[in-house]
Amino acid sequence: MAQRVIRGPNSKGRFGPYGGQYVPETVMQALSELEMSYRKLKKDKSFLSELRGYLSDFVGRPSPLYFAERFTAYLKGPKVYFKREDLNHTGAHKINNTVGQILLAKHMGKKRIIAETGAGQHGLATATVCARFGMECIIYMGAVDMKRQAPNVEKMKLLGAKVVTVESGSKTLKDATSQAMRDWVTNIRSTFYIIGSVVGPHPYPMLVRDFQSIIGKETKRQCKEKFRKLPDAIIACVGGGSNAIGIFDSFINEKSVKLIGVEAAGHGLNSGQHAATLSKGKPGVLHGSYSYLVYDNDGQIILPHSISAGLDYPGVGPEHSALSDSGRVKYFSATDKQALAAFELVSKLEGIIPALETAHALAYLIAHKKEFKARQNVVVCLSGRGDKDMPIFFEKEKA
Amino acid sequence: MNRIRTYLNQNKKQKLLIPFITAGYPDRSTTLNLIKAAIDSGCNMIEIGFPFSDPLADGAEVQFSSYQALKNGMTLARTLRIAEQVRKTSDVPLILMGYYNPILCYGENRFMKDAKAAGVDGLIIPDLPVVEASDYKRYAAIHDISTVFLAAPTTNKTRLKQIEKSCSDFVYAVTVTGVTGGGKVFGRDTDNYLKGLGKTLSKKFVAGFGVSSPETARRFCKYSDGIVIGSKLISLMRSAKSKSQGVKDAARFLSSVRKAI
Repeated sequence: MAQRVIRGPNSKGRFGPYGGQYVPETVMQALSELEMSYRKLKKDKSFLSELRGYLSDFVGRPSPLYFAERFTAYLKGPKVYFKREDLNHTGAHKINNTVGQILLAKHMGKKRIIAETGAGQHGLATATVCARFGMECIIYMGAVDMKRQAPNVEKMKLLGAKVVTVESGSKTLKDATSQAMRDWVTNIRSTFYIIGSVVGPHPYPMLVRDFQSIIGKETKRQCKEKFRKLPDAIIACVGGGSNAIGIFDSFINEKSVKLIGVEAAGHGLNSGQHAATLSKGKPGVLHGSYSYLVYDNDGQIILPHSISAGLDYPGVGPEHSALSDSGRVKYFSATDKQALAAFELVSKLEGIIPALETAHALAYLIAHKKEFKARQNVVVCLSGRGDKDMPIFFEKEKA
Repeated sequence: MNRIRTYLNQNKKQKLLIPFITAGYPDRSTTLNLIKAAIDSGCNMIEIGFPFSDPLADGAEVQFSSYQALKNGMTLARTLRIAEQVRKTSDVPLILMGYYNPILCYGENRFMKDAKAAGVDGLIIPDLPVVEASDYKRYAAIHDISTVFLAAPTTNKTRLKQIEKSCSDFVYAVTVTGVTGGGKVFGRDTDNYLKGLGKTLSKKFVAGFGVSSPETARRFCKYSDGIVIGSKLISLMRSAKSKSQGVKDAARFLSSVRKAI
């Protein structure tokens, strides 16, 4: 029961000490309207049935829980199952959240949608629902990410979104998020900001978690169908942490299930070039919430590094900070190199090309296989497909 | 006694002209020259910006000056040294403005203590709304730092009351929804909003964000007790041929605003 205490957020939008609303005054009113609308709609039967309808017929849920037989044989360790979020429409878990938020936006009468994106998966998922609902869509994306995730940029444009190149700072997800927030402050009355992860000011970490929690709900049911019990461990990659929170959510109070989050160690945890926020950061304030963050002695944010654009972020969702402090979820990391190796291995063994983000979770399992027993069942959240990462992979192979 | 309070208690008729100057842009000594020139041009208080890597309430100009200042090695601690330096020759009220993480990292209590000792009188943190500021306000009160919170056109009556209560001496009214910087079009709604604030608030208030000409300054001063000018000064410094010319251009501009209000 002690573990229930850390579930939140509380009335102040906090998970333990983490979270809150560190934003310019201009958006405070909008946050409270958003929270009120959401709390009302989440009890509204017609809203929930509308959401279920889109998740099933547009997204293609439930996503399968797949037994990765050859990967299991290779590991000579536990039985490994993939929760196939890569099979969702647009190829990742991101769409679970954007479908939920666009319905919220629609009910709130907003017509203009903005979003930030790193790997482009959230931008793509946002552009997709905007096309479906006929809404104006503006996506902020760092110049570096636009180059390394070019296939997604083309898709967003085809879907009718305007992709705005962000040239400031690191030219990656951090600066795309800052720029999206500036747009939001400016166009607050007309615009709905679809945040792509469990980050940002309250109520975003809560509502993104709730929309992603479908992953864990299905996984729990599917584990019982496939092997008649709970899994022994669940592994997910963590950037902002939305796929991880989504799959962990139903298992937080199931103490027998080990929950493992894997961050991006970039060139190595001690290289100074990583995005391993929980492993190497300290609590601080960025983009609206108090959470673990990587910053220097003056409080300036340190540019993160990861080969995976989706994990290349200096912060992490506030609920992950609380789950890390409490010890309920254990956080580890995998390097660029390990992720690339896992990317190739799983592609060849299973005929499934995982996203480079996801490859970090797979890399952890490869490195730690001896810690699991053969009779154990491990679920990896296969958060997205890796087509978008082909150019990076082949470039690295040549080098 | 706090210099902001002392100044406001003198109850002068003159409208407040407050420049925002980024510490360390274009360099430390030019910052000091610019502050001196601003005082000589009739500014009543000085806002010194301490740079942050991710200034999300700021437009292109302050993003640029912050980035340059950080590249020049400016820090929160070094910003306090600049305040100390100004204090040696002037009693002008000094207000620091910047984002919350550097202060959190420095330690709130320790920072307020050091700021007071350096001669700082007030503090503005745009990403710290009143709901998150209880510790901050407590430490500020202990060390007699005047807290200035922002009110926005989207702020409702209830929140406006909380904001006014949390401001020690005056309120900072953001003119329009948006980030700092020029290029804004101010419609009648801005006048109505500022006029409404004048009626609602019992404390004094200044208007800022996008004030980039003497005309706009005069227009807003019909309702407010003063104005803040930041991005315009940075763009004047940027476009000048030399640093010293930039200081001259900025001073000339501030003098023209002084005359207008």
